[in-house]
Parts: sequence; C-alpha cells; structure tokens
Amino acid sequence: MTVLAGSDGIHAIRRSLAARRRRVTVILLVALLVAITASLYFGDYPVAPADIVRSLLSPVTGDVNKGVDFIVLSVRLPRTVLAILTGIAFALSGAIFQTLLRNPLASPDIIGISHGASAAAVVCIVVLGISGIGVSLGALAGALATALAIYGLAWRGGVTAYRIVLVGIGMAAIMSAVISYLFTRARLNEVQEALAWLVGSLNAASLNNIIPLAAALAVLTPATIYLVRGLDVMQLGDDAAMALGNRVEWTRLGLILVAVGHAAFATAAVGPVAFVAFVSGPIARFLLAGAGGGFLQSALVGATVMLGSDMVAQHALPATQLPVGVVTGIFGAGFLLWLLAASSREGRVA
Amino acid sequence: MASTVRTYVGNQQRMLGLGLVGLVLIVTTVGFLSVTVGARAIPLAEVWTALTAFDPNSTDHRIVWDLRLPRTLIGLLVGAALGLSGAVLQGATRNPLADTSILGIHAGAAVFVVIGIAVFGIGQLSAYVWLAFMGAGAAMVVVYSIASLGREGATPVKLALVGAALTAALSSVVSAVLLTSPRTLDELRFWQVGSLAGRDMSILIQVWPFLAFGVVLALRTARMLDGLSMGEDVARSLGQNVPLSRGVAGLAAVVLAGAATAAAGPIAFVGLTVPHVARAVTGPNYRWILPYSMLLAPILLLGADVIGRVIAPPGEVQVGIVTAALGAPFFIALVRRRKLAAL
Repeated sequence: MTVLAGSDGIHAIRRSLAARRRRVTVILLVALLVAITASLYFGDYPVAPADIVRSLLSPVTGDVNKGVDFIVLSVRLPRTVLAILTGIAFALSGAIFQTLLRNPLASPDIIGISHGASAAAVVCIVVLGISGIGVSLGALAGALATALAIYGLAWRGGVTAYRIVLVGIGMAAIMSAVISYLFTRARLNEVQEALAWLVGSLNAASLNNIIPLAAALAVLTPATIYLVRGLDVMQLGDDAAMALGNRVEWTRLGLILVAVGHAAFATAAVGPVAFVAFVSGPIARFLLAGAGGGFLQSALVGATVMLGSDMVAQHALPATQLPVGVVTGIFGAGFLLWLLAASSREGRVA
Repeated sequence: MASTVRTYVGNQQRMLGLGLVGLVLIVTTVGFLSVTVGARAIPLAEVWTALTAFDPNSTDHRIVWDLRLPRTLIGLLVGAALGLSGAVLQGATRNPLADTSILGIHAGAAVFVVIGIAVFGIGQLSAYVWLAFMGAGAAMVVVYSIASLGREGATPVKLALVGAALTAALSSVVSAVLLTSPRTLDELRFWQVGSLAGRDMSILIQVWPFLAFGVVLALRTARMLDGLSMGEDVARSLGQNVPLSRGVAGLAAVVLAGAATAAAGPIAFVGLTVPHVARAVTGPNYRWILPYSMLLAPILLLGADVIGRVIAPPGEVQVGIVTAALGAPFFIALVRRRKLAAL
C-alpha cells in the first residue's frame, strides 16, 4: 500500500475505478446483446438479424410474415426472455447471499434454499404424482418454507451470518437426504422424471412461467436496488454498521427475503438450474477487480450465462437437445475456472 | 495470577482428555452394537464365540464374519476418515462450509464411477473403489493446481471457489450421462446415497493402507492448523511455511476423503458438521478438535448405520440418509444453543 498524497490522487483513483465499472458494464451489455441476437438467430431455420428486428416490431408496424414471426415470436423469444429473467434472478439471489453472508460459497444452491425447492418438487413428482404447474408451485412453497425455517432456526435474539450458513448446511443435508431416500424408493421412470426437473430446463418456456417470474422481478428488483445500499456498510461488520446508524437486523431480513424471492421464483419457473447463482457473483467481481458495484454486473453475467448455456445445450450435439442445467455447470464454472487460472495478479479475489 | 491460569488450562486439558476416553468407550459400544444388531439379532455371547472359535457351519458365525464385522470395521474407519478430513479442510481453508463435497472430491469420484458404469459397464462395488479413488485424487489435483496458480499461491478463497466451480462442472457431466442412460441412473442412485451395506473384507483390504496413512498425516497437521487459524501473516511470522502446511493438510484430507468415498460412496454430512460439533466442545485448539472429530464421526456414522438397519424392516435405510436425517436436526439444535467458535 502506498500512501496517497492529497485529494487529487484519491479523485483520480475514484475516476479510474468508475471508468472500469462503466467499461465492464458496457462489455457485459454487449455480450448479452450478442447472446440475445444469437439465440434468436440460431436454430434449424436461421433468421437474419434484419428479419429478427422486423419480426420483433411486427405487432407495431403490421409488417407480418407468418412463418418467420411464428419462429421468432412464439418459439425463440419466450425461451430467450425466460433465460434472461431466470439468469438475472438466480444471479442476484447468489450475489446478495454471497455478499450478505460474506462467504463466496454461500449461494442458495449450497446453503439449502434450492435443496428445499428440489425436495418439495421431488415429493410432488414421486409421492403425489403431480406434474406441470403443480410442481412449480410446490417448489416455490418448498423454497420459501425452507428459507423461513433457516431464518427462524438461526434466530436467537438476532441472526448472524455464521449461524445462517451453518443452519443452512444442516437444512441442505436434511433435504438432500429426503431426495436420496425418495430416489432409492421410487420407480425408475419417476426418478428419471424427477431428475429431469432437478437438472432444470427452458423447454417449457411460455407466458405461463414468464409472467409470474416477470411480476416477481418487477417487485423484487426495485427492492434489491433500495436494500443493497445498506450492504456496503454491513461489509464492515455488524457492530461497525450499527455504529454508523444502519438498522442491521432489518436490512438483513429484507435482503434475505429479496434473495430468497429471486431464487424461489426462478426455481419455480425452470427448476434449480445449477450454479448460475453461484458463479455469476464471482465472475462479476473478477471482471470488476475491486472497482465496487457488482449487483448490476452479476445480473448481466447471470443472464448471459443462462442464455449462452441454453444455446450450447440446444445446438452442441446434433439431434439431441440437452436441458440447460447440464450446461450451466460446465459453461459457468468453466468460465470461472478460466478466470481464476488466468488471473495471476495478487488480490484479485476479494 | 499465572499459576491460576495454568491450573485452569490444566483442568480444561484434563477434562478434554477424559472426554476423549469417554468417546473411545462410546465408539467401542457402538461397534459392538453394530456387530449384534440387524435383521437377525445375534447375542454378544454368540458373537464372542464366532470371533474366538469360528464354526463354518453356523449361520450366525458366517453372518458375523462375512457381513457384520467388515461392515463395522469399514464404518469405523470411514467415519474417522470423514470426520478428520472435514476438520483438516475447514482448518486449512478457514471456511466453515469447506468440505470434501464442496472441494470437488465427491464430484470427481462420482464422475469416474459414472463413466465406469456407463462406458465400461462396470457393475461391482469393488471396482468402484478404485474408480472413486482415482476420481477423487484427479479432482483434488486439478483443484489444487488451478488454485495455486498465481503469485500468492493457493489461498483459502481460491481453493474454495475452484473446488466449488469444479464440482459444478463435474456434476453437470454426471447429470448429462444420467439423463441419457437410465441404466447408469439405476446403478448410481444406490451408490450416491452412501451406504455401508454389501461391503466385504476385500474392500477393507483395498482401502485401509490409505486410511491409515491419511489418519497419521492428518493428526500431525494439528500444529500447522493452529498456526493457520491465527491468520496467514501471523503464521508466517511465527516461522511457519504456509504453502507447505496447506499442501500437507490438503493431501491428508484428499487421501482420507478419497478412500472413504471409495469405500462407502459420497457421504457429505459427516465431514461438514462433525468438526463444528467437536469445536463446540473443545474450543479452537486443533490438537483437540482433530481427535474429537475422529472419534465423534464414527459414532455418528456407525450409530446411524445400526438405526438404518432396524428402522424400516424388512429393508434397510442407507447410512447416508440416516446420518443426515438424525444428525442434521441435532446439528441445528447445537448451532442454536451454543455460541460456536468461528473459524
């Protein structure tokens, strides 16, 4: 650490950090736009970019070409929109948990929230024989109930990050035990159906699962923007944050509610797609390299990872369509591993 | 003043030592229970004659020698290995969530087993042992070499991130295979819950040298972990070689967890939680945490196995399920009641 002389130096550093933040945001936005275009373009019937724009605008302009419009608006667009929305929701959920609990491993798919949703869904499929929207509702209820249980059990005149993490892994263990038990007891075809749901897929993309998720995000995202302002102070530790006038307990409860909401609605829509929540935050933090911010960038990374993974899943193997959850792990985690390996400078992982 | 402190510390040490003796007694008791209890109850006296004067024509004697004894010994060793590896990894990475399941070891083992089943059509437990062991070792080598790239070497955060990322990537591979091959899913769903059933002496003979080596190595890391727990800078200023310490601790954890996973399948809960229980009893000193974890874990594992045998007759519930179903509520209660020592 060098001693910084005068306020000029500090201003210069602030300016360069802000510039870096802007640069990363622009790069991520461009990447997302490229991914969106590609996801509308690729397929058995490629649609030229000009046609994509015309199709997207056709409800307004009245310039209709039925065949192309059907492919773009009814087949590819719902899938793309759902990928973006779930990517954003998973990424924000993971980034909030990782920052709030001050542990890069503390994403909802490790501290029990996803396990709760999965266990509820497997119960619906294997025990109750439900499929379709019922499974989604079950998963939503499971995620919320598990989160509530974790918070309630970690409460002892207030909660601490450490206690939430530990209670969370306890809940995760119980829920995975439930899943494993049902897997060994059920018939193989039911297990296959449950496994397909657990992997997560965008195949069922339609307005039926886009609208609830979009509505949830419309409420949760402004709440996130409002609440994360308190998060920077809480990074200093509970006592310091309290001394600076932050209502730690309320901010934390609010953030947990928002993060759980993101994860729960996204899981209900597409299943517990693995590790989007886990990798988005670290990737964004890596690109930012300590330039502050992180939530907007995490959301952009999440959407891109989801969309990119889905394209790989659809087109990587001829004649086979993989579910997106098979690829997110390889795609997202592979990217994170590459980042970790590529950065050899000190202090890059914060 | 100094003498009061010394008396206090001395008393505490004596209590912890007594606790250790108590744990050894409980482990022994659970071991005996595991030999006697099961679908066919065998009284202790009969077990004793089976051990001292084996009669090949007696069904009871055959059950003791062929089924119960290997199962009990594997349970004891696997339990000790899981507890120790969890404690060592949490100490070396200073992360309460660090565990062999998160650091890529289980996923590596699972990938190799899945490929063994799906591609080479391997179907015996004894062949899984080597596959799982190779997979665990390969995963840890990858995790460690990626994490140690760069000037600062394998920092705890990088280890944890790389491990979790590799786990993510490998589980994707596993689910891809499982989705396309129902036969593999049918085999793997019984392997991946973690179980002590159906293991015979040949499995024990394959894994025990690794387990013994791992236990010795792990118990020797206590002083290094105590140093690391004060922070890297303090450890270094006390003359400790930090990368070497982490390397030795990592090696011990991999050997133990790899061998345990090879013998009994991936059991996540034990290694993750038992060290926290041990820490709640002993305080932050690894010279006590390690032996306590090593003895508490087999009590949990073998106890859960005994319960799993009798809880759902005529079938059995796999030990991986019972440890989580019984252990997790206990663990949560402990987290609530105690002011846990943070890492």
